[in-house]
Amino acid sequence: MAATVSSGRDAVATPIQRAFREAFYAGAISLGLFVLFIGLRTDQNITNELILVQRWLLLAIVVIAVTVGRFLYVAYAVPAMERSKAEKAATPAVVAEPGFIKQNFNRIGLVILLLYPIAMVLLFGFQGSLKWVDNFGIQILIYVMLAWGLNIVVGLAGLLDLGYVAFYAVGAYAYALLGTHFGLSFWILLPAAGCMAAFWGVMLGFPVLRLRGDYLAIVTLAFGEIIRLVLINWREVTNGSAGISGIPKVSFFGLISFNVSDPNYIAKVLHIAQSGAYYKIFLYYLALGLCLLTAFVTIRLRRLPVGRAWEALREDEIACRSLGINTTTTKLTAFATGAMFGGFAGSFFAARQGFVSPESFVFLESAIILAIVVLGGMGSLGGIAVAALVMIGGTEILRELDFLKAVFGPDFTPELYRMLLFGMAMVIVMLWKPRGFVGSREPTAFLKERRAVSASFTKEGHG
Amino acid sequence: MNAQASMSDFILQVEHLSMKFGGLVAIGDLSFQAKRGEITALIGPNGAGKTTVFNCITGFYKPTEGMITLNKRDGSTFLLERLPNHEIPARANVARTFQNIRLFSGMTLLENLLVAQHNKLMKASGYTFLGLFGFPSYRQASAESIELARHWLEKADLVDRADDPAGDLPYGAQRRLEIARAMCTGPELLCLDEPAAGLNPKESAALNELLMGIKGTGTSILLIEHDMSVVMQISDHVVVLEYGRKISDGNPASVRTDPRVIAAYLGVDDEEVQEVLTEVGDEDVIEQLDTGPDAAHGPGNSASMMAGPVSDSVEHANEGERVTVSKGASKAAQVDARANSTKSKPAPKSSTAKPRGGRK
Repeated sequence: MAATVSSGRDAVATPIQRAFREAFYAGAISLGLFVLFIGLRTDQNITNELILVQRWLLLAIVVIAVTVGRFLYVAYAVPAMERSKAEKAATPAVVAEPGFIKQNFNRIGLVILLLYPIAMVLLFGFQGSLKWVDNFGIQILIYVMLAWGLNIVVGLAGLLDLGYVAFYAVGAYAYALLGTHFGLSFWILLPAAGCMAAFWGVMLGFPVLRLRGDYLAIVTLAFGEIIRLVLINWREVTNGSAGISGIPKVSFFGLISFNVSDPNYIAKVLHIAQSGAYYKIFLYYLALGLCLLTAFVTIRLRRLPVGRAWEALREDEIACRSLGINTTTTKLTAFATGAMFGGFAGSFFAARQGFVSPESFVFLESAIILAIVVLGGMGSLGGIAVAALVMIGGTEILRELDFLKAVFGPDFTPELYRMLLFGMAMVIVMLWKPRGFVGSREPTAFLKERRAVSASFTKEGHG
Repeated sequence: MNAQASMSDFILQVEHLSMKFGGLVAIGDLSFQAKRGEITALIGPNGAGKTTVFNCITGFYKPTEGMITLNKRDGSTFLLERLPNHEIPARANVARTFQNIRLFSGMTLLENLLVAQHNKLMKASGYTFLGLFGFPSYRQASAESIELARHWLEKADLVDRADDPAGDLPYGAQRRLEIARAMCTGPELLCLDEPAAGLNPKESAALNELLMGIKGTGTSILLIEHDMSVVMQISDHVVVLEYGRKISDGNPASVRTDPRVIAAYLGVDDEEVQEVLTEVGDEDVIEQLDTGPDAAHGPGNSASMMAGPVSDSVEHANEGERVTVSKGASKAAQVDARANSTKSKPAPKSSTAKPRGGRK
């Protein structure tokens, strides 16, 4: 009964009766709501006059759909759900052995990731695989890396950072500027970009050390904006909003190049046909390698005293100080380490795009990365990877859904609904799993057996 | 008192400690010593400033005045009021627990104890860099730290639950875990803030046993406690606070019979107070209170550090932070007042009272 909107007074009514009544109410409410939204539409006629288009048929379809939907939900879906719930309560809880997929989640995921470009090439050919490897594979992996980097700051140390994209920007511009002006190789600039981002992480860390919670979030947000505005306005160096183009491509450690004009171009070295897909596939594996490095370092750090101190800081800062932990350096290392991975991701991003501009580093990016961390379950690498796949892959796949045009008419562009669906997905996930996909926490050490810690005990941190 | 005892006999010396929050004097000119290897109890009614003393000793507050000296076993001496907060456990080896338990509830018991060994493990992991590459020296230190954690889990009778989250433990076990965690920092002085609060008699007995075991390892303990059975059974030395001042100091037996302590804890009968007040005259009682040590900064009628009601109970005079005590707030002072009044009864009143400028 509690699942329905109506109050307890109709507890005696049969589901069918109640369903009729609620369907009627739902229809009436939707009619009232949609009569202006859907039934009428303003438009311009040929003489540029504003006219009112009446769409009563569409309105009728929507209202009928709502009414029938509500009827079916109350009459059949709710009793069925209650029955299954009762059945579940009646049968004693069996401790289910986690399935094969759950047990070998990491291994299966890794194999799929390694075989993904090969599978795409086999399925779509070299040219056809470009889109799948680049737009999906690399794009998702960049976000996975960013989210894993932010996870150190937000998920482990519990410091809410809304300006993470600033470090991404520092990394990208470090590679773009040093690469174009000094011709340094990606393999030198990758660690350099990481170090610079880490340096700015510490720079941000110092002033915000004494801030907690909302205040910290606002200052980090401001920091992100400052970096972006500097990039826009420092024209002499960054070329302003026009951005930097002609960023050199990554080479395979200088041995194999991906520039067609170079003597050691991959097609010439390996005696194969020319194709742009080689570079994308190479970038895919590079991104995968960087992701695995991030994951490896994060997993290692968690088992080291500094990682435990981060988590302890999230749980209780005062207790940390009473145990002799220097909270200042602990926070700074968290900021620096998180920023470093942001810098790695940034320099990879610049190398992949060949072009950077401040437009790639707006606040929305920070928000998306943070959303991925929260949706995945703070602190859990697997959950965050799944969240990045769902969120970034999901929004990318909207570009592919051309069949929707057949349903909603030719002027329907699914991309425009990206953010709407992104938001809806987030609300649904948060209702269904309030602590993210993976809410439990893996302990870093154990005496007898490793048991996951339920999310109800872990804290989100206060700053 | 053991004035002859050499300096190093005392692990902790608190001298003329004062802590003021704005106009409120939470601790006024407090001096006491804790002997090495003993359990020193700090007792007093609610709001007497015991936790404030702890916060000063462990660096969470910087005292307004006074000196806190810690003498380590190896002869080194630290002035705790000058050390940064986190260096007090790290360098001076003072560990503490909290009145409202502060565990890392989302971490397992074992992890809680490993976090406590942070500084040692940090060094062993070469400040993370060696540990990141899995150097054997770190692995060995890590194994040793787990052994130490297991040792204290066994002492605290929690080894069966080592892999459970700390937040899942019952209250009494959380108290024991917090003590075990503090012990994992390898302290010379352990400060326990009401370890027996909220424990049932059985848990309380287990706690006593744990504390005696800790004392046996040579760690000195400073203890805040309300539970008199704990205090009287295990402590070697008791310091009694009331309104931020020391009203008694000595072994448990002598403190128990001290009339000032009895008055502070049980209160003086209202009738007696009435009697005293009429005998001495209302204003004289206040006069007595004011002529005590540090009259300008008399204690407020609440020594709680919570901000809200404090401002109501404190009257700010023009010159700044003069604080008045509400009439009869300090029970111990009433006992003093009564003692004085009975002494002065045969003599004319004016002989003891201060000259009042001919108003009477």
